[in-house]
Amino acid sequence: MIAEEFDAIVIGAGMSGNAAAYTMASHGLKVLQLERGEYPGSKNVQGAIMYANMLEKIIPDFRDDAPLERHLVEQRLWVMDDRSHTGIHYRSDDFNETKPNRYTIIRAQFDKWFSRKVREAGATVLCETTVTELVRDAANGKVIGVRTDRAGGVLYADVVVLAEGVSGLLGTRAGLREMPKPETVALAVKEMHFLPEEVIEQRFGVKGDEGCVIEAVGTISRSMAGLGFLYTNKESVSLGIGCLVSDFAAAKESPYALLDAFKNHPSIRPLIAGSEVKEYAAHLIPEGGHKAIPQLFGDGWVVVGDAAQLNNAVHREGSNLAMTSGRIAAEAIVQVKRRNDPMTGRNLTLYKAMLDKSFVVKDLRKYKDMPALLHTNSSNFFTTYPRLISQAAQNFMRVDGTPKIEKEKATTAAFIKERSRWGLVSDAVRLAFAWR
Amino acid sequence: MTIAVTKFRVEDKLYQNRYLVDPGRPHIKVRPHERPSTNLLALTHVCPAKCYEVNDKSQVEITADGCMECGTCRILCEPSGEIEWNYPRGGFGVLFKFG
Repeated sequence: MIAEEFDAIVIGAGMSGNAAAYTMASHGLKVLQLERGEYPGSKNVQGAIMYANMLEKIIPDFRDDAPLERHLVEQRLWVMDDRSHTGIHYRSDDFNETKPNRYTIIRAQFDKWFSRKVREAGATVLCETTVTELVRDAANGKVIGVRTDRAGGVLYADVVVLAEGVSGLLGTRAGLREMPKPETVALAVKEMHFLPEEVIEQRFGVKGDEGCVIEAVGTISRSMAGLGFLYTNKESVSLGIGCLVSDFAAAKESPYALLDAFKNHPSIRPLIAGSEVKEYAAHLIPEGGHKAIPQLFGDGWVVVGDAAQLNNAVHREGSNLAMTSGRIAAEAIVQVKRRNDPMTGRNLTLYKAMLDKSFVVKDLRKYKDMPALLHTNSSNFFTTYPRLISQAAQNFMRVDGTPKIEKEKATTAAFIKERSRWGLVSDAVRLAFAWR
Repeated sequence: MTIAVTKFRVEDKLYQNRYLVDPGRPHIKVRPHERPSTNLLALTHVCPAKCYEVNDKSQVEITADGCMECGTCRILCEPSGEIEWNYPRGGFGVLFKFG
Protein backbone atom coordinates (compact mmCIF):
# COMPACT_ATOMS: atom_id res chain seq x y z
CA MET A 1 0.00 0.00 0.00
CA ILE A 2 1.04 3.57 -0.59
CA ALA A 3 2.58 5.04 2.54
CA GLU A 4 2.66 8.70 1.72
CA GLU A 5 0.60 11.82 1.98
CA PHE A 6 -1.44 13.39 -0.77
CA ASP A 7 -2.69 16.85 -1.56
CA ALA A 8 -6.10 15.34 -2.22
CA ILE A 9 -7.88 12.00 -2.05
CA VAL A 10 -10.89 11.57 -4.33
CA ILE A 11 -13.40 8.89 -3.36
CA GLY A 12 -15.14 7.46 -6.39
CA ALA A 13 -14.41 7.32 -10.12
CA GLY A 14 -17.69 8.49 -11.58
CA MET A 15 -18.28 11.73 -13.47
CA SER A 16 -17.70 14.10 -10.55
CA GLY A 17 -14.75 12.17 -9.10
CA ASN A 18 -13.01 11.91 -12.46
CA ALA A 19 -13.59 15.58 -13.19
CA ALA A 20 -12.15 16.55 -9.79
CA ALA A 21 -9.17 14.18 -9.96
CA TYR A 22 -8.33 15.22 -13.53
CA THR A 23 -8.55 18.94 -12.78
CA MET A 24 -6.44 18.76 -9.62
CA ALA A 25 -3.82 16.46 -11.17
CA SER A 26 -3.47 18.63 -14.27
CA HIS A 27 -2.80 21.60 -11.98
CA GLY A 28 0.06 19.65 -10.45
CA LEU A 29 -1.55 18.45 -7.24
CA LYS A 30 -0.62 15.06 -5.86
CA VAL A 31 -3.90 13.16 -6.18
CA LEU A 32 -4.99 9.70 -5.10
CA GLN A 33 -8.32 8.42 -6.41
CA LEU A 34 -9.97 5.39 -4.84
CA GLU A 35 -12.61 3.30 -6.60
CA ARG A 36 -14.27 0.23 -5.14
CA GLY A 37 -15.14 -1.33 -8.51
CA GLU A 38 -12.91 -3.68 -10.45
CA TYR A 39 -12.50 -0.93 -13.06
CA PRO A 40 -13.80 2.66 -13.19
CA GLY A 41 -17.41 2.49 -14.32
CA SER A 42 -18.11 -1.00 -13.04
CA LYS A 43 -20.43 0.40 -10.34
CA ASN A 44 -21.80 3.31 -12.36
CA VAL A 45 -25.15 3.50 -14.11
CA GLN A 46 -26.59 6.27 -16.26
CA GLY A 47 -29.12 6.57 -19.13
CA ALA A 48 -26.87 7.93 -20.63
CA ILE A 49 -26.62 11.35 -22.30
CA MET A 50 -23.38 13.29 -22.05
CA TYR A 51 -23.36 17.05 -22.58
CA ALA A 52 -20.33 18.24 -24.52
CA ASN A 53 -20.04 21.77 -23.11
CA MET A 54 -19.30 20.61 -19.57
CA LEU A 55 -16.73 18.05 -20.67
CA GLU A 56 -15.07 20.56 -23.02
CA LYS A 57 -14.38 22.73 -19.98
CA ILE A 58 -12.35 19.83 -18.57
CA ILE A 59 -10.98 18.02 -21.63
CA PRO A 60 -11.44 20.35 -24.65
CA ASP A 61 -10.39 17.76 -27.27
CA PHE A 62 -12.37 14.85 -25.81
CA ARG A 63 -13.91 14.09 -29.21
CA ASP A 64 -10.53 12.81 -30.45
CA ASP A 65 -10.69 9.59 -28.47
CA ALA A 66 -13.65 9.45 -26.08
CA PRO A 67 -16.00 6.47 -26.66
CA LEU A 68 -19.12 8.31 -27.87
CA GLU A 69 -22.13 6.46 -29.23
CA ARG A 70 -24.37 8.85 -31.20
CA HIS A 71 -24.79 12.62 -31.27
CA LEU A 72 -28.40 13.59 -30.73
CA VAL A 73 -30.35 15.22 -33.54
CA GLU A 74 -33.84 14.43 -32.31
CA GLN A 75 -35.64 14.58 -28.99
CA ARG A 76 -39.11 13.15 -28.53
CA LEU A 77 -41.08 14.08 -25.42
CA TRP A 78 -44.09 11.82 -25.03
CA VAL A 79 -47.17 11.84 -22.87
CA MET A 80 -48.48 8.30 -22.79
CA ASP A 81 -51.65 6.54 -21.81
CA ASP A 82 -52.01 2.76 -21.96
CA ARG A 83 -52.41 2.58 -25.75
CA SER A 84 -51.09 5.85 -27.13
CA HIS A 85 -48.50 8.55 -27.00
CA THR A 86 -48.87 12.24 -27.78
CA GLY A 87 -45.55 13.79 -28.59
CA ILE A 88 -43.57 16.93 -29.01
CA HIS A 89 -40.64 16.12 -31.28
CA TYR A 90 -37.77 18.38 -32.01
CA ARG A 91 -35.31 17.49 -34.73
CA SER A 92 -32.87 19.82 -36.37
CA ASP A 93 -30.07 19.45 -38.87
CA ASP A 94 -28.37 22.17 -36.81
CA PHE A 95 -27.45 19.39 -34.40
CA ASN A 96 -25.32 17.88 -37.16
CA GLU A 97 -22.49 20.25 -36.34
CA THR A 98 -18.72 19.92 -36.22
CA LYS A 99 -18.82 19.81 -32.46
CA PRO A 100 -22.17 18.28 -31.51
CA ASN A 101 -23.91 19.34 -28.33
CA ARG A 102 -25.04 16.03 -26.80
CA TYR A 103 -24.03 12.42 -27.19
CA THR A 104 -25.30 9.10 -25.94
CA ILE A 105 -22.60 7.18 -24.10
CA ILE A 106 -22.15 3.82 -22.40
CA ARG A 107 -20.85 4.57 -18.93
CA ALA A 108 -18.59 1.58 -18.33
CA GLN A 109 -16.69 2.41 -21.54
CA PHE A 110 -16.76 6.17 -21.06
CA ASP A 111 -15.60 5.99 -17.45
CA LYS A 112 -12.63 3.78 -18.40
CA TRP A 113 -11.62 6.42 -20.93
CA PHE A 114 -12.08 9.27 -18.47
CA SER A 115 -10.05 7.36 -15.88
CA ARG A 116 -7.22 6.87 -18.38
CA LYS A 117 -7.16 10.66 -18.84
CA VAL A 118 -7.03 11.07 -15.05
CA ARG A 119 -3.99 8.77 -14.85
CA GLU A 120 -2.33 10.52 -17.80
CA ALA A 121 -2.80 13.81 -15.95
CA GLY A 122 -0.72 12.36 -13.15
CA ALA A 123 -3.16 11.07 -10.54
CA THR A 124 -2.77 7.69 -8.88
CA VAL A 125 -5.92 5.62 -9.39
CA LEU A 126 -6.49 2.62 -7.16
CA CYS A 127 -9.39 0.34 -8.05
CA GLU A 128 -10.85 -2.57 -6.06
CA THR A 129 -10.44 -0.43 -2.96
CA THR A 130 -13.41 0.32 -0.75
CA VAL A 131 -13.03 3.26 1.59
CA THR A 132 -14.43 2.12 4.92
CA GLU A 133 -14.10 5.28 6.98
CA LEU A 134 -13.11 8.93 6.95
CA VAL A 135 -10.31 9.64 9.39
CA ARG A 136 -10.60 12.82 11.44
CA ASP A 137 -8.17 14.75 13.60
CA ALA A 138 -8.94 13.82 17.20
CA ALA A 139 -8.38 17.39 18.35
CA ASN A 140 -10.40 19.48 15.89
CA GLY A 141 -12.47 17.00 13.85
CA LYS A 142 -10.88 17.96 10.52
CA VAL A 143 -11.00 15.21 7.91
CA ILE A 144 -7.36 14.21 7.44
CA GLY A 145 -7.57 10.99 5.46
CA VAL A 146 -9.34 7.71 4.83
CA ARG A 147 -9.17 4.10 5.90
CA THR A 148 -9.71 1.43 3.24
CA ASP A 149 -10.34 -2.31 3.19
CA ARG A 150 -6.78 -2.88 2.01
CA ALA A 151 -4.03 -3.60 4.49
CA GLY A 152 -1.77 -0.66 5.27
CA GLY A 153 -3.59 1.74 7.54
CA VAL A 154 -4.60 5.31 6.99
CA LEU A 155 -4.05 7.30 3.80
CA TYR A 156 -3.57 10.97 4.56
CA ALA A 157 -4.47 14.03 2.50
CA ASP A 158 -5.00 17.75 2.98
CA VAL A 159 -8.49 17.43 1.55
CA VAL A 160 -10.89 14.57 0.74
CA VAL A 161 -13.24 14.95 -2.22
CA LEU A 162 -16.37 12.88 -1.61
CA ALA A 163 -17.54 11.77 -5.04
CA GLU A 164 -19.15 8.67 -3.65
CA GLY A 165 -22.47 8.74 -5.46
CA VAL A 166 -26.08 9.28 -4.55
CA SER A 167 -26.39 7.08 -1.49
CA GLY A 168 -22.94 8.14 -0.24
CA LEU A 169 -22.18 5.88 2.69
CA LEU A 170 -19.10 7.65 4.02
CA GLY A 171 -20.34 11.21 4.25
CA THR A 172 -23.72 10.24 5.67
CA ARG A 173 -22.16 7.90 8.23
CA ALA A 174 -19.63 10.53 9.27
CA GLY A 175 -22.52 12.94 9.86
CA LEU A 176 -21.38 15.39 7.17
CA ARG A 177 -24.84 15.30 5.62
CA GLU A 178 -28.12 13.45 5.97
CA MET A 179 -29.00 10.40 3.98
CA PRO A 180 -31.40 11.18 1.10
CA LYS A 181 -35.08 10.65 1.94
CA PRO A 182 -37.25 8.14 0.03
CA GLU A 183 -39.22 11.07 -1.43
CA THR A 184 -36.10 12.81 -2.77
CA VAL A 185 -34.59 9.93 -4.73
CA ALA A 186 -35.89 7.96 -7.70
CA LEU A 187 -35.11 4.33 -8.38
CA ALA A 188 -34.49 3.74 -12.07
CA VAL A 189 -34.09 0.39 -13.78
CA LYS A 190 -32.65 0.01 -17.22
CA GLU A 191 -31.91 -2.64 -19.83
CA MET A 192 -29.41 -2.67 -22.67
CA HIS A 193 -31.12 -3.91 -25.84
CA PHE A 194 -28.77 -4.82 -28.64
CA LEU A 195 -29.85 -4.42 -32.26
CA PRO A 196 -27.90 -4.20 -35.52
CA GLU A 197 -26.80 -0.67 -36.37
CA GLU A 198 -28.87 -0.52 -39.55
CA VAL A 199 -32.01 -1.61 -37.69
CA ILE A 200 -31.57 1.25 -35.23
CA GLU A 201 -31.04 3.67 -38.12
CA GLN A 202 -34.21 2.49 -39.87
CA ARG A 203 -36.44 2.42 -36.81
CA PHE A 204 -35.42 5.84 -35.54
CA GLY A 205 -34.87 7.57 -38.86
CA VAL A 206 -31.23 8.35 -38.24
CA LYS A 207 -28.05 7.77 -40.23
CA GLY A 208 -24.36 7.55 -39.43
CA ASP A 209 -23.69 8.75 -35.91
CA GLU A 210 -27.03 10.52 -35.53
CA GLY A 211 -29.11 9.56 -32.52
CA CYS A 212 -32.58 9.96 -31.11
CA VAL A 213 -33.96 10.21 -27.60
CA ILE A 214 -37.43 9.43 -26.32
CA GLU A 215 -38.51 10.52 -22.87
CA ALA A 216 -42.00 9.75 -21.67
CA VAL A 217 -44.36 10.42 -18.80
CA GLY A 218 -47.84 9.10 -18.27
CA THR A 219 -49.68 6.02 -17.18
CA ILE A 220 -46.44 4.02 -17.58
CA SER A 221 -45.54 5.18 -14.05
CA ARG A 222 -48.92 4.03 -12.65
CA SER A 223 -49.75 7.35 -10.96
CA MET A 224 -46.30 7.58 -9.38
CA ALA A 225 -43.92 10.45 -10.16
CA GLY A 226 -41.77 8.87 -12.85
CA LEU A 227 -40.19 8.92 -16.29
CA GLY A 228 -39.54 6.38 -19.02
CA PHE A 229 -36.68 6.76 -21.45
CA LEU A 230 -35.18 5.25 -24.57
CA TYR A 231 -31.78 6.34 -25.86
CA THR A 232 -30.19 5.13 -29.07
CA ASN A 233 -26.58 4.00 -28.91
CA LYS A 234 -24.52 2.79 -31.86
CA GLU A 235 -25.60 -0.85 -31.69
CA SER A 236 -27.92 -0.81 -28.72
CA VAL A 237 -30.83 0.95 -27.17
CA SER A 238 -30.81 1.93 -23.47
CA LEU A 239 -34.33 1.63 -22.17
CA GLY A 240 -35.55 2.27 -18.66
CA ILE A 241 -38.01 3.73 -16.24
CA GLY A 242 -37.71 5.38 -12.84
CA CYS A 243 -40.05 6.53 -10.08
CA LEU A 244 -39.63 8.04 -6.62
CA VAL A 245 -38.63 5.46 -4.00
CA SER A 246 -41.37 6.69 -1.62
CA ASP A 247 -43.95 6.15 -4.38
CA PHE A 248 -42.68 2.63 -5.11
CA ALA A 249 -42.89 1.77 -1.42
CA ALA A 250 -46.39 3.19 -0.95
CA ALA A 251 -47.88 1.98 -4.23
CA LYS A 252 -46.74 -1.63 -3.81
CA GLU A 253 -45.31 -1.49 -7.32
CA SER A 254 -42.16 -3.24 -8.55
CA PRO A 255 -39.63 -1.56 -10.82
CA TYR A 256 -39.16 -4.64 -13.03
CA ALA A 257 -42.94 -4.90 -13.55
CA LEU A 258 -43.03 -1.27 -14.69
CA LEU A 259 -40.08 -1.86 -16.99
CA ASP A 260 -41.74 -4.88 -18.59
CA ALA A 261 -45.00 -2.98 -19.06
CA PHE A 262 -43.13 -0.05 -20.63
CA LYS A 263 -41.31 -2.43 -23.01
CA ASN A 264 -44.65 -3.94 -24.02
CA HIS A 265 -46.38 -0.61 -24.62
CA PRO A 266 -47.64 -0.54 -28.23
CA SER A 267 -45.56 2.60 -28.89
CA ILE A 268 -42.32 1.07 -27.57
CA ARG A 269 -42.56 -2.63 -28.44
CA PRO A 270 -41.91 -2.26 -32.20
CA LEU A 271 -38.84 -0.11 -31.53
CA ILE A 272 -37.07 -2.89 -29.63
CA ALA A 273 -38.54 -5.95 -31.38
CA GLY A 274 -35.99 -8.71 -31.85
CA SER A 275 -33.40 -7.15 -29.57
CA GLU A 276 -31.00 -9.08 -27.38
CA VAL A 277 -30.88 -7.87 -23.77
CA LYS A 278 -27.36 -7.96 -22.37
CA GLU A 279 -27.68 -6.18 -19.04
CA TYR A 280 -30.19 -5.16 -16.39
CA ALA A 281 -29.13 -2.33 -14.11
CA ALA A 282 -30.61 -0.28 -11.29
CA HIS A 283 -29.58 3.01 -9.77
CA LEU A 284 -30.84 5.84 -7.59
CA ILE A 285 -31.22 9.37 -8.96
CA PRO A 286 -31.27 12.46 -6.71
CA GLU A 287 -34.62 14.24 -7.24
CA GLY A 288 -34.83 16.62 -4.30
CA GLY A 289 -33.47 19.58 -6.25
CA HIS A 290 -32.26 22.77 -4.64
CA LYS A 291 -33.85 22.07 -1.26
CA ALA A 292 -31.99 18.76 -0.97
CA ILE A 293 -28.48 20.20 -1.48
CA PRO A 294 -26.55 19.42 1.71
CA GLN A 295 -23.62 21.20 3.33
CA LEU A 296 -21.05 21.09 0.51
CA PHE A 297 -17.77 21.61 2.37
CA GLY A 298 -16.14 21.47 5.76
CA ASP A 299 -12.76 21.14 7.42
CA GLY A 300 -10.77 18.93 5.08
CA TRP A 301 -13.60 17.84 2.80
CA VAL A 302 -15.92 18.75 -0.07
CA VAL A 303 -18.80 16.78 -1.56
CA VAL A 304 -19.59 16.76 -5.31
CA GLY A 305 -21.94 15.22 -7.88
CA ASP A 306 -24.78 12.87 -6.97
CA ALA A 307 -23.49 12.64 -3.40
CA ALA A 308 -24.31 16.36 -3.17
CA GLN A 309 -27.73 15.62 -4.76
CA LEU A 310 -26.83 17.86 -7.72
CA ASN A 311 -29.31 16.67 -10.32
CA ASN A 312 -31.79 18.63 -12.43
CA ALA A 313 -34.80 16.33 -12.58
CA VAL A 314 -36.84 18.65 -14.80
CA HIS A 315 -34.24 18.67 -17.57
CA ARG A 316 -32.96 15.17 -16.80
CA GLU A 317 -29.44 16.51 -16.38
CA GLY A 318 -27.14 14.95 -13.82
CA SER A 319 -23.77 13.92 -15.18
CA ASN A 320 -23.05 17.45 -16.41
CA LEU A 321 -23.83 18.87 -12.98
CA ALA A 322 -21.61 16.16 -11.51
CA MET A 323 -18.71 16.95 -13.85
CA THR A 324 -19.07 20.68 -13.28
CA SER A 325 -19.23 20.40 -9.49
CA GLY A 326 -16.17 18.12 -9.54
CA ARG A 327 -14.26 20.58 -11.71
CA ILE A 328 -15.27 23.61 -9.64
CA ALA A 329 -14.44 21.91 -6.33
CA ALA A 330 -11.03 21.02 -7.78
CA GLU A 331 -10.43 24.57 -9.00
CA ALA A 332 -11.31 25.92 -5.56
CA ILE A 333 -8.92 23.44 -3.92
CA VAL A 334 -6.17 24.42 -6.38
CA GLN A 335 -6.66 28.09 -5.48
CA VAL A 336 -6.52 27.42 -1.73
CA LYS A 337 -3.42 25.28 -2.25
CA ARG A 338 -1.66 27.97 -4.32
CA ARG A 339 -2.20 30.48 -1.55
CA ASN A 340 -0.61 27.95 0.82
CA ASP A 341 -3.74 28.19 2.96
CA PRO A 342 -4.99 25.23 4.99
CA MET A 343 -7.96 23.20 3.67
CA THR A 344 -10.33 24.44 6.34
CA GLY A 345 -14.05 24.80 5.89
CA ARG A 346 -13.56 28.54 6.00
CA ASN A 347 -11.21 28.44 3.01
CA LEU A 348 -13.23 25.82 1.14
CA THR A 349 -16.27 28.15 1.21
CA LEU A 350 -14.75 29.20 -2.09
CA TYR A 351 -16.13 26.00 -3.67
CA LYS A 352 -19.69 26.89 -2.72
CA ALA A 353 -19.25 30.51 -3.80
CA MET A 354 -18.03 29.36 -7.21
CA LEU A 355 -20.73 26.70 -7.56
CA ASP A 356 -23.46 29.21 -6.65
CA LYS A 357 -22.36 31.35 -9.58
CA SER A 358 -22.49 28.42 -12.03
CA PHE A 359 -25.47 27.03 -13.94
CA VAL A 360 -25.54 24.11 -11.49
CA VAL A 361 -27.02 25.97 -8.54
CA LYS A 362 -28.80 28.58 -10.66
CA ASP A 363 -30.76 25.89 -12.53
CA LEU A 364 -31.62 23.97 -9.38
CA ARG A 365 -32.78 27.19 -7.69
CA LYS A 366 -35.03 27.96 -10.66
CA TYR A 367 -36.92 24.68 -10.18
CA LYS A 368 -36.77 24.54 -6.39
CA ASP A 369 -40.54 24.03 -5.99
CA MET A 370 -40.93 21.49 -8.80
CA PRO A 371 -40.06 18.28 -6.87
CA ALA A 372 -42.71 19.00 -4.23
CA LEU A 373 -45.33 19.88 -6.85
CA LEU A 374 -44.83 16.73 -8.91
CA HIS A 375 -44.68 14.57 -5.82
CA THR A 376 -47.83 15.85 -4.16
CA ASN A 377 -49.83 15.85 -7.39
CA SER A 378 -48.35 12.79 -9.00
CA SER A 379 -51.61 11.09 -9.94
CA ASN A 380 -52.88 14.22 -11.71
CA PHE A 381 -49.69 14.91 -13.61
CA PHE A 382 -48.81 11.31 -14.39
CA THR A 383 -52.22 9.69 -14.96
CA THR A 384 -55.19 12.08 -15.20
CA TYR A 385 -53.64 14.62 -17.59
CA PRO A 386 -51.95 12.04 -19.82
CA ARG A 387 -55.32 10.26 -20.26
CA LEU A 388 -57.09 13.55 -20.98
CA ILE A 389 -54.42 14.59 -23.47
CA SER A 390 -54.68 11.28 -25.29
CA GLN A 391 -58.49 11.52 -25.45
CA ALA A 392 -58.29 15.11 -26.68
CA ALA A 393 -55.77 14.19 -29.38
CA GLN A 394 -57.77 11.21 -30.55
CA ASN A 395 -60.98 13.23 -30.53
CA PHE A 396 -59.21 15.83 -32.68
CA MET A 397 -57.73 13.31 -35.14
CA ARG A 398 -60.61 10.87 -35.56
CA VAL A 399 -63.04 11.80 -38.30
CA ASP A 400 -66.45 10.33 -37.54
CA GLY A 401 -69.08 12.82 -38.68
CA THR A 402 -69.33 14.55 -35.29
CA PRO A 403 -69.37 18.32 -35.84
CA LYS A 404 -66.08 19.89 -34.72
CA ILE A 405 -67.82 22.24 -32.29
CA GLU A 406 -69.27 19.23 -30.44
CA LYS A 407 -65.85 17.55 -30.37
CA GLU A 408 -64.30 20.62 -28.80
CA LYS A 409 -67.09 20.81 -26.21
CA ALA A 410 -66.58 17.15 -25.33
CA THR A 411 -62.86 17.69 -24.81
CA THR A 412 -63.39 20.74 -22.61
CA ALA A 413 -66.08 18.91 -20.63
CA ALA A 414 -63.74 15.96 -20.06
CA PHE A 415 -61.02 18.20 -18.59
CA ILE A 416 -63.51 19.96 -16.32
CA LYS A 417 -65.10 16.71 -15.21
CA GLU A 418 -61.75 15.22 -14.20
CA ARG A 419 -60.09 18.24 -12.59
CA SER A 420 -62.83 20.92 -12.23
CA ARG A 421 -62.36 24.48 -13.47
CA TRP A 422 -60.70 25.49 -10.22
CA GLY A 423 -58.41 22.43 -10.32
CA LEU A 424 -57.30 23.21 -13.88
CA VAL A 425 -56.52 26.82 -13.08
CA SER A 426 -54.77 25.94 -9.85
CA ASP A 427 -52.66 23.19 -11.52
CA ALA A 428 -51.65 25.63 -14.25
CA VAL A 429 -50.78 28.38 -11.79
CA ARG A 430 -48.78 26.09 -9.52
CA LEU A 431 -46.92 24.62 -12.48
CA ALA A 432 -46.17 28.09 -13.81
CA PHE A 433 -44.87 29.24 -10.44
CA ALA A 434 -42.70 26.15 -10.01
CA TRP A 435 -41.34 26.61 -13.51
CA ARG A 436 -40.61 30.35 -13.54
CA MET B 1 -48.50 -18.03 -9.36
CA THR B 2 -48.05 -14.43 -10.42
CA ILE B 3 -45.26 -14.09 -7.85
CA ALA B 4 -43.49 -17.16 -9.18
CA VAL B 5 -43.60 -15.80 -12.73
CA THR B 6 -42.27 -12.39 -11.66
CA LYS B 7 -39.48 -13.97 -9.68
CA PHE B 8 -38.48 -16.07 -12.65
CA ARG B 9 -38.34 -12.97 -14.80
CA VAL B 10 -36.16 -10.99 -12.43
CA GLU B 11 -33.70 -13.85 -12.07
CA ASP B 12 -33.70 -14.07 -15.84
CA LYS B 13 -32.74 -10.39 -16.03
CA LEU B 14 -30.02 -10.77 -13.40
CA TYR B 15 -28.60 -13.72 -15.28
CA GLN B 16 -27.34 -11.23 -17.91
CA ASN B 17 -25.25 -9.42 -15.31
CA ARG B 18 -21.73 -10.03 -14.09
CA TYR B 19 -21.10 -10.45 -10.39
CA LEU B 20 -18.15 -11.35 -8.22
CA VAL B 21 -19.77 -12.76 -5.11
CA ASP B 22 -17.81 -12.55 -1.85
CA PRO B 23 -18.76 -15.93 -0.32
CA GLY B 24 -19.91 -15.80 3.28
CA ARG B 25 -19.62 -12.00 3.47
CA PRO B 26 -22.98 -10.52 2.46
CA HIS B 27 -22.79 -6.73 2.34
CA ILE B 28 -26.38 -6.29 3.52
CA LYS B 29 -27.89 -7.81 6.65
CA VAL B 30 -31.46 -7.75 7.91
CA ARG B 31 -31.76 -7.27 11.67
CA PRO B 32 -33.58 -10.20 13.32
CA HIS B 33 -37.20 -9.27 13.88
CA GLU B 34 -40.56 -10.73 14.86
CA ARG B 35 -42.75 -8.75 12.48
CA PRO B 36 -41.33 -6.66 9.61
CA SER B 37 -42.16 -2.95 9.48
CA THR B 38 -44.03 -1.50 6.48
CA ASN B 39 -40.80 -0.28 4.90
CA LEU B 40 -38.99 -3.58 5.43
CA LEU B 41 -41.90 -5.47 3.93
CA ALA B 42 -41.94 -3.01 1.00
CA LEU B 43 -38.44 -4.16 0.04
CA THR B 44 -39.93 -7.46 -1.15
CA HIS B 45 -41.44 -5.57 -4.09
CA VAL B 46 -39.29 -2.43 -4.34
CA CYS B 47 -35.86 -4.09 -4.55
CA PRO B 48 -35.11 -4.20 -8.30
CA ALA B 49 -33.17 -7.45 -7.92
CA LYS B 50 -35.84 -9.04 -5.74
CA CYS B 51 -33.23 -9.85 -3.09
CA TYR B 52 -35.77 -9.65 -0.26
CA GLU B 53 -38.32 -12.34 0.43
CA VAL B 54 -40.75 -13.24 3.19
CA ASN B 55 -39.95 -16.59 4.84
CA ASP B 56 -42.43 -19.05 6.32
CA LYS B 57 -42.29 -17.22 9.67
CA SER B 58 -43.46 -14.00 7.93
CA GLN B 59 -40.04 -12.43 8.44
CA VAL B 60 -38.09 -10.66 5.72
CA GLU B 61 -34.88 -12.34 4.57
CA ILE B 62 -32.23 -11.24 2.13
CA THR B 63 -30.08 -13.07 -0.39
CA ALA B 64 -27.76 -10.34 -1.60
CA ASP B 65 -26.03 -12.26 -4.43
CA GLY B 66 -28.02 -10.50 -7.21
CA CYS B 67 -27.81 -7.05 -5.59
CA MET B 68 -27.07 -4.21 -8.02
CA GLU B 69 -26.00 -1.94 -5.12
CA CYS B 70 -28.55 0.75 -5.96
CA GLY B 71 -29.04 1.62 -2.28
CA THR B 72 -32.86 1.73 -2.33
CA CYS B 73 -33.13 -0.58 0.69
CA ARG B 74 -30.59 1.51 2.55
CA ILE B 75 -32.68 4.66 1.96
CA LEU B 76 -35.84 2.93 3.15
CA CYS B 77 -34.58 0.83 6.06
CA GLU B 78 -31.18 1.89 7.35
CA PRO B 79 -32.43 4.91 9.36
CA SER B 80 -34.60 2.57 11.48
CA GLY B 81 -31.74 0.12 11.90
CA GLU B 82 -33.69 -2.71 10.26
CA ILE B 83 -30.96 -3.34 7.75
CA GLU B 84 -27.23 -2.83 7.80
CA TRP B 85 -25.75 -1.79 4.47
CA ASN B 86 -22.06 -1.75 3.63
CA TYR B 87 -20.22 -1.58 0.34
CA PRO B 88 -18.93 -4.98 -0.75
CA ARG B 89 -15.18 -5.38 -0.37
CA GLY B 90 -13.17 -3.76 -3.15
CA GLY B 91 -13.65 -5.55 -6.48
CA PHE B 92 -16.62 -7.64 -5.29
CA GLY B 93 -20.31 -7.30 -6.06
CA VAL B 94 -21.95 -6.25 -9.31
CA LEU B 95 -19.68 -5.42 -12.25
CA PHE B 96 -21.58 -3.49 -14.88
CA LYS B 97 -20.39 -4.22 -18.42
CA PHE B 98 -22.31 -1.24 -19.81
CA GLY B 99 -23.88 0.60 -16.87
